[in-house]
Amino acid sequence: MSAFPLTRALDRATVIVVSLLAAFAILVPLLNLAVPASSPFHVSSYFVALFGKYICYAILALSIDLIWGYCGILSLGHGAFFALGGYAMGMYLMRQIGTRGVYANPILPDFMVFLNWPELPVYWYGFQHFPYALLMIVLVPGLLALVFGWFAFRSRVTGVYLSIITQALTFALMLGFFRNNFGFGGNNGLTDFKDILGFNVQAPGTRATLFAISTLALMIGFLICRSIVASKFGKVLIAIRDAESRTRFLGYRVESYKLFVFTLSACMAGIAGALYVPQVGIINPSEFSPGNSIEAVIWVAVGGRGTLTGAILGAVVVNYAKTFFTSGPLAPYWLFMLGGLFIAVTLLLPRGIVGTVEHWLKRKPQSDAQAATANDVAGSPSGEPAPRPAE
Amino acid sequence: MDDDLTAGSMLYLDGVSVSFDGFKALNNLSLTVAPGEMRAIIGPNGAGKTTMMDVVTGKTRPDDGEVFFNGTQDLTALDETQIAELGIGRKFQKPTVFEMHTVEDNILLALKSDRRSRATLFWRPNNVDDRRIENILQIVRLSPLRQRIAGSLSHGQKQWLEIGMLLAQEPKLLLVDEPVAGMTDAETQQTAELLKEINRDRTVIVVEHDMTFVRELGVKVTCLHEGTVIAEGSIDQVSANQRVIEVYLGR
Repeated sequence: MSAFPLTRALDRATVIVVSLLAAFAILVPLLNLAVPASSPFHVSSYFVALFGKYICYAILALSIDLIWGYCGILSLGHGAFFALGGYAMGMYLMRQIGTRGVYANPILPDFMVFLNWPELPVYWYGFQHFPYALLMIVLVPGLLALVFGWFAFRSRVTGVYLSIITQALTFALMLGFFRNNFGFGGNNGLTDFKDILGFNVQAPGTRATLFAISTLALMIGFLICRSIVASKFGKVLIAIRDAESRTRFLGYRVESYKLFVFTLSACMAGIAGALYVPQVGIINPSEFSPGNSIEAVIWVAVGGRGTLTGAILGAVVVNYAKTFFTSGPLAPYWLFMLGGLFIAVTLLLPRGIVGTVEHWLKRKPQSDAQAATANDVAGSPSGEPAPRPAE
Repeated sequence: MDDDLTAGSMLYLDGVSVSFDGFKALNNLSLTVAPGEMRAIIGPNGAGKTTMMDVVTGKTRPDDGEVFFNGTQDLTALDETQIAELGIGRKFQKPTVFEMHTVEDNILLALKSDRRSRATLFWRPNNVDDRRIENILQIVRLSPLRQRIAGSLSHGQKQWLEIGMLLAQEPKLLLVDEPVAGMTDAETQQTAELLKEINRDRTVIVVEHDMTFVRELGVKVTCLHEGTVIAEGSIDQVSANQRVIEVYLGR
């Protein structure tokens, strides 16, 4: 039963993207580990680290595109779900440090010893177990989205108002996580990780594996999103995006549709954050900053919203540009460039990169078909002269 | 005493009042529509025609009065989705079709079916739905345009598509708001035929300004003014009514 939506989702473009991601997931770690550094085919560890990060951003972008591009929910606080997933993973990694920390406390992370905390807070319980941490990575962002969405969508908060509350949500969480007594390491966050499932997080083998897992997660996330948007459910989402009250008058429970995708999207963002943290080696409250969430929305806009592939492409392209420009003499101007890019895309390329290409491709065969449709129209009762505009 | 009236009616409004910031959009409005009937509702701008539809479809809650559907269902206690599920379909004044979807998908989304998310997630294209879609497209004369994006249709075609979407919901009661606004004369006439065809097995309420169109329909007419009924009867009776003439010409 559950395979049905998937089979319909597999059009040619999807197969190509999935194959590319699969190839990327296998080849990059292989060329990094198995090919000697002297060979021209060698992929540097720097590349693995960099693109591992981009891939996590791409998962975040994908989750935003699912709700923004297809359902019209512009979340300016999706970074919050990303960071929560990241913190859940960070808590697991902190508990793995054990006696290797500066204070060598077998249970308490260093920052708690430093703050003279007598014992582990209850919400840190269980995080030494990997399966429990995995569960929390999905559950915490998912539950927050479920509760937040339930109130927001039921009260029919839409458009810019919803965007503002999501922004407030991430800002509030940032302020909370900055506080030392919140129990998540204050403004230093969680860092100094040693190993994950017994493997050293710094080792090239672990990094390559994390890269492969991230890319596979992106592939699976892409397939899930494709299955959803290709189903009748996806058609309802687009209907909600374009004419919400019309959809309601057709008898669809708009809020439950929104709640479903919003929660799913938050879970995806949480997974992205969890994969991100071991690769960059730190999670701190700045991940909650509203600017991060807005940046993620820009990736989607640049790549092309409502295309899924555009979100992936946008995340990689914009972040590559960021890495390129912020490491050169142009570094101080990066934020201006990012702002300029957003304005330029909005004005000149409203469909984004992928959206524009798709539009061109669609237009070509359509101009051939134009003659055929013209005949159809002549044959139908609408073969009247040009319709008068609505009053 | 009202029980008999409500029991035999498809739609029953009694003493309905709605005010927006002190302005009375509906003022003690009472109206009964029998099952299988087609009713035309006319009235100058601001007479409360659209507000009446808003009340029936659950978009606006009345401050006062009773609204019953099919004799027993109290519509004032339900929201838009529940009312749509009961079998009341509404066509808006401006054609609101899903512009980015094809003609076919517009009808598909409207087809009477399980509206819950699990059902739509696992829905598969099938012959039954396909035939239902084709059937409706034939009634509204849009079969040749099945694969077209709805946004590219002409104004008149969009109106028909929306009527098709209404039919797909298989409603017991259809509310049609100004279906011929902006249509050519030929399109207007075809729309009248289409509505008569639909009326064969459904109750229809048409709100319209266009008197030739109302005459074309040849049904009982209710004239609203300032949120209340001022005349009811055949088009000739209503248009001969002194108050109606005053209201339409006296402005």
